[in-house]
Amino acid sequence: MNTTLTERILGGDVRSAGRLMRWVDDDLPEARHELAALYPHTGRAYLVGVTGNPGSGKSTLVNALVAHLRASGKTVGVVAVDPTSPFSGGAILGDRVRMQQHSLDRGVFIRSVATRGNLGGISRSTPAMVQVLDAMGFDVVIIETVGVGQDEVDIVRLADTNIVVTVPGLGDDVQAEKAGLMEIADIFVINKSDQTGADRLLRELRTMLHLRPRDAATEWTPPVLKTIAVRDEGIDTLLTNIEAHTSWLSAHGARHQRDRTRAQQFVRLIVTEALSHRLNHALASSDWQSTLDALLARTQNPHDAADALLNAILEPR
Amino acid sequence: MSQEPKPRTYRVLIGKPGLDGHDRGAKVIARALRDAGFEVIYSGLHQTPEMLVRIALQEDVDCIGLSILSGAHNTLMPEIVRLLEAEGAGDIFVFGGGIIPENDIGPLKEAGVRAIFTPGTPTTEVIEYLREACANRYQ
Repeated sequence: MNTTLTERILGGDVRSAGRLMRWVDDDLPEARHELAALYPHTGRAYLVGVTGNPGSGKSTLVNALVAHLRASGKTVGVVAVDPTSPFSGGAILGDRVRMQQHSLDRGVFIRSVATRGNLGGISRSTPAMVQVLDAMGFDVVIIETVGVGQDEVDIVRLADTNIVVTVPGLGDDVQAEKAGLMEIADIFVINKSDQTGADRLLRELRTMLHLRPRDAATEWTPPVLKTIAVRDEGIDTLLTNIEAHTSWLSAHGARHQRDRTRAQQFVRLIVTEALSHRLNHALASSDWQSTLDALLARTQNPHDAADALLNAILEPR
Repeated sequence: MSQEPKPRTYRVLIGKPGLDGHDRGAKVIARALRDAGFEVIYSGLHQTPEMLVRIALQEDVDCIGLSILSGAHNTLMPEIVRLLEAEGAGDIFVFGGGIIPENDIGPLKEAGVRAIFTPGTPTTEVIEYLREACANRYQ
């Protein structure tokens, strides 16, 4: 092969992109060089996060969003995250079932990803996968998180606009408040809004948003919208609100701030993983076994042992 | 494929090409593969061969498993093999299951379908076969 993987990806080769995403997912050393070569070509795509309760219709909503974005001439990448089985390490990735209509569209690239034990709603590899799609030139990249609903905050630092999807009938407003979803939403979507309780939920969410002290001059007020994704209802309004949020971010210099946060978060992730790697290595050494013996004999204390371990893993290699 | 680094997890696309709407078998095998540690991408019903090949490339799978109960296997399975080769992805192997008459199995294999599992095959046999066949891609 005369061309590098990176060159083929930049040329739009789907298989090469699929391959690199797998290297990234498997954390193979081969991925590093390619990601580094792609990095200068990233930073152009607009990133939309879609998160929310399991069964709230995230995949169906993403499918409808993709259709509307395509109709307006934009190309779209999708990273759809589903859970890995904690028992076998395997996964069934079924988000594509709701997105079949886009399979043959060359302006759409959908990738299913398993969490592989990562918490926070996305996989460890998701940010790098988004970079691959970004470098390929997709105008918008949608990240659909695993449907956990509580504490799912990794997506906040990754996306430009975060959509939180909920449905009527999941419990009272206290549930929504404690779920931590109130803080992360740039846009609230009440999907399946033909179901009983949609209007009450709408009122509750709006009331809760108004209760929070908010400086309208410097803070975005998240709209609460109703959709029925399966019937394509409310999607136009959702798109208009995404655009409004995009303009707001730009006007307030917040888009730049999200870029900075994202870059920092990416480096933090790499460093955290490298440290965790070294720590595991150090904990497998015979030195550590003797320290452990000393700890059990109470001739060593945990804090000094930790200092020694820190020094060992921070030694330059 | 020998120059390719070995992946940590094998990825399998389970596809339902054609018109039949019976996906119990596909779901049983998807579940069994997940429980054996595979990552399974499930396509959903009524896929065309073109759609499945496109998914296989985007998802970078090791193989495609096709469940067909409509009787259209003699057309659909070889067509998917042919399209994969046309995309330069002939190394992604195809296997199948469903209602496949004994007499059709020989010609399907000649057309490039690697294995056919007929009703009653224990899932353990499929898993064992796939583990080996996937590993062989990286020898």
